[in-house]
Amino acid sequence: MGCASCLYGFSSDRPVLQAASCRRRNKWIAAREAGFRIARKQLAADFRFRRLRHEDPVVQPSGKMRPLTEEETRVMFEKVAKYIGENLQLLVDRPDGTYCFRLHNDRVYYVSEKILKLAANISGDKLVSLGTCFGKFTKTHKFRLHVTALDYLAPYAKYKVWIKPGAEQSFLYGNHVLKSGLGRITENTSQYQGVVVYSMADIPLGFGVAAKSTQDCRKVDPMAIVVFHQADIGEYVRHEETLT
Amino acid sequence: MSTLCACAERFGGVTMGRKLDPTKKERRGPGRKARKQKGAETELARFLPAAGDEGSKRLSSRARKRAAKRRLVSAEASERNKSPGAKPLPGKLPKGAVRTPGKKAAPALLNTTQGKKRRASALSSEEEEEDSEEDGLVNQCDLWGSEDSDADMIDDYGADSSAEDQDEDEGEELLPIEKAARKQKAQEAASGVQWSEEETEEEDESPKSGGKDEEVDGGLQINMEEESFVLPPVGEVENDILPEQRGVKGRRYGMAGPSRTWDRVHKRIQHIVGVLRDFGAQREEGRSRAEYLNRLQKDLATYYSYGDFLLGKLTDLFPLSELVEFLEANEVPRPITLRTNTLKTRRRDLAQALINRGVNLDPLGKWSKTGLVVYDSSVPIGATPEYLAGHYMLQGASSMLPVMALAPQEHERILDMCCAPGGKTSYIAQLMKNTGVILANDANAERLKSVVGNLHRLGVTNAIISHYDGRQFPKVVGGFDRVLLDAPCSGTGIISKDPAVKTNKDEKDILRCAHLQKELLLSAIDSVNAASRTGGYLVYCTCSIMVEENEWVVDYALKKRNVRLVSTGLDFGQEGFTRFRERRFHPTLRSTRRFYPHTHNMDGFFIAKFKKFSNSIPQSQTGDSAASAASNPDLSDLKGQATPKPESSGQPAQKARVAVKTKQQLKKQLHPKKASFQKQKGFSTGTDSELSSVPSVTKTQTSSKLQNSPRPAEKAKVISQPKVTGKRKQQPPKQSSKMGESLRQNGPSKGTDTAVPAGPPHPKTPKLKHRAQPLGRTPGSQKVKQQLPEQPIKQAAFQKQNGTPNGPKTPTESPNSSNRPPPAKRRKSQSRGNSESLLS
Repeated sequence: MGCASCLYGFSSDRPVLQAASCRRRNKWIAAREAGFRIARKQLAADFRFRRLRHEDPVVQPSGKMRPLTEEETRVMFEKVAKYIGENLQLLVDRPDGTYCFRLHNDRVYYVSEKILKLAANISGDKLVSLGTCFGKFTKTHKFRLHVTALDYLAPYAKYKVWIKPGAEQSFLYGNHVLKSGLGRITENTSQYQGVVVYSMADIPLGFGVAAKSTQDCRKVDPMAIVVFHQADIGEYVRHEETLT
Repeated sequence: MSTLCACAERFGGVTMGRKLDPTKKERRGPGRKARKQKGAETELARFLPAAGDEGSKRLSSRARKRAAKRRLVSAEASERNKSPGAKPLPGKLPKGAVRTPGKKAAPALLNTTQGKKRRASALSSEEEEEDSEEDGLVNQCDLWGSEDSDADMIDDYGADSSAEDQDEDEGEELLPIEKAARKQKAQEAASGVQWSEEETEEEDESPKSGGKDEEVDGGLQINMEEESFVLPPVGEVENDILPEQRGVKGRRYGMAGPSRTWDRVHKRIQHIVGVLRDFGAQREEGRSRAEYLNRLQKDLATYYSYGDFLLGKLTDLFPLSELVEFLEANEVPRPITLRTNTLKTRRRDLAQALINRGVNLDPLGKWSKTGLVVYDSSVPIGATPEYLAGHYMLQGASSMLPVMALAPQEHERILDMCCAPGGKTSYIAQLMKNTGVILANDANAERLKSVVGNLHRLGVTNAIISHYDGRQFPKVVGGFDRVLLDAPCSGTGIISKDPAVKTNKDEKDILRCAHLQKELLLSAIDSVNAASRTGGYLVYCTCSIMVEENEWVVDYALKKRNVRLVSTGLDFGQEGFTRFRERRFHPTLRSTRRFYPHTHNMDGFFIAKFKKFSNSIPQSQTGDSAASAASNPDLSDLKGQATPKPESSGQPAQKARVAVKTKQQLKKQLHPKKASFQKQKGFSTGTDSELSSVPSVTKTQTSSKLQNSPRPAEKAKVISQPKVTGKRKQQPPKQSSKMGESLRQNGPSKGTDTAVPAGPPHPKTPKLKHRAQPLGRTPGSQKVKQQLPEQPIKQAAFQKQNGTPNGPKTPTESPNSSNRPPPAKRRKSQSRGNSESLLS
């Protein structure tokens, strides 16, 4: 065991004494490594699904960051697509470099490949965050978008809601958007459609779910809720601890 | 006469108040305590007639005469009414003289109120004010007040003014009479008792009775002031100050109430500073500068509530006048500044948006294209929708400077070693336009939460956030183009933010900080890739102004690594010290920058920018012992040989060989000349390089260090020692620097350090060391103590002694080692480290 740890650069208390046995095992490990290398090459067709060195359970058993499983990817994409629809494609295939999603501490991070490579040097328990956090998986394996994803949702959002300056404050404190605070809303928004909430100055304030369709919004009384609150930028102040 | 004078004062007080106000404002201490200060003022006046007071005093006597004349000759109010401007003048002057103290005492009050008070037997209490109003004399007060300042009149006394109209003529006629009457009243009320009390106080400094009525006190003292100013010659009073206070202050002023003390102390500070400025002329006979300084320091410590240690440090740092300014500046918060996040918006747009929200702001300065300074705001500036949307970051002006000095370029790899709370990191990202990679590291996991929040809020997408201890750094990841090290520090530059610093720091804290900073700086330097095409720079900054945490640390790094200081690119700020008391630093420290609250109106800050010119570590690290810093190699010679070597990350063996060679060469040069000196002084590590540097400089440096700074060196040793052992246990196979050090301590000489791990004794080394230490320590340290009184060298000497018996071997052994390729193990470990960082 000591030999293996030597090989992988873990510190051990004793200098290497067991030369003979060690060499034998090294050979064995080398062979195994070679096997992995071949296997990995085959896996590496798509970078986004490829395991990097730090994700290799053999090389880095403690590394916590990993690509999403298919199931996780599906759940997450479904959620994101509620807000940006088919624009999701733009997130995945970007002209300015390879970007991928990584799971770390139950959180999904959206990072460029370059950054990912550097982050590979950092052990899992020391890594706090990288790139942009999109949200987290709950214990029941549902995906919950964080407000930190707003930077990527807002530009691609399909359905938007603008709220009046007077209602900004209320929304930023975590309240739903009432009809009285509603400034504008995208036409043909259907009920329970994910919407991004903007201020009248076009500053993205958060996102939520339309409680009423655009048509219904016109008829409804002023105190009725038109957008259910999901996340708002006030959380940067209110929930700073839970962002990661 | 006296009654008349008093009257004159009262009248004059009103007018005088207006005219003198601007000058007086400066002297006001704490505004809230204005009322209480009255007493202090009177007392102070007795002891401390300021330069300005003399003139006013003279005037007062004249003025009194005039006032008396006036009253006797003409009691007609018409004149006064016709020429309001003329009247105040005579009245003003005398009052100015006499009232000066009283006025200071109640600076915050409006002129009108002052006037009333004065008339009302100069009592400060509100009750009395009311009384005066009732008397109907009020009218005149109001009149005076109105003359003085129209605006002031408006407030409370509108009701009175209506009464005024009726009584105008009468009031003026009555005025002198009233004055006289009131003065008599006051005297009677206060009675001779108080007079006697005052006198006794003056004479024997008996502690004041706490039970004394403040109001009465005030009244009496105002009366007293005239006397005290007139009677004692100025010179005597001044002379009294020093001795008096020395003995009595504690008792007396403790009783008398804080406000009194404050003002008094403040006065004294001003006085002493004035004296010290022109010491030859102004000092009193037979008093040394030290006495004055001592007194001043105590006063400053009291007045600004600093601990003795920090104040001492600050006194070393600043000339006196500047010191007071600095302390004063620390009482005032710095202006709120914010930095536009150019990733999301432009400064003009942001400014417009904020102005629409009722924020009053301006561009920060010519030097910043993104900064805004906020004067006042009707909304919380840290919770506007713009803030939450990440359009700006609240950031002190001084915090932007290091990043500007760092000048990050796009597509670089940058390390921010101590990043919390992420202000500088986000600035870096914004300068890089979100390209490249930033590794934001901080040792404190709690504070990293705010980093995460801030970076996400500001839309920084190119950052990795980790929480390593910064000292592990070159091992985790290396090869950065630029590194920003905002080292943890004692925070002496941001006292206005955290006043606790005033008292809770001592020598140990500073040195502990300095030690940590040195470690961090070395690992930061090691993390920089000198071969970087665009970079190879490192910025070191602290929010401390202590030389120990700044110049000293930088100087240490200059000696230890292949770095040189380059201009920070900031065209303002003061140059770093190249010499400070007993310390002499590298002349290039002139290119570092210091920022002070009182000169730049930003937090105290220090910024140094390094350029790394070679990745090789000169002279394989000699460990962290600060003693070695005392006389460390001037690297110029080593540089000559090491510099041409490029990165060479793939060829550690070569590197090692070169290092060894250079060392040997140095050794050879050095031994004949300096061997004896070395042994005497007990320097083991550093001295070999002394030859290479300018000899005179180095000698003075070393000697001065020895004499004057024994403590730091010793302490650093103590700190570093256990760490060394601890680390050694953890990772013996890795030939770390610490290992090297420990080996060297036991081993024959430096030249052999590469050979040692290669040889068979490797596993034994730890044991060997334990054996050697106790042996060496007891006799060695004793001897050294006898030889040299200085403690710091103790250990260095002990090392030397361990080394000396083997010393002769050195030359014979070392050639072998240099020829021999470095040990396989070592090669492996090094190559592994490199490959890891490259692999990524």
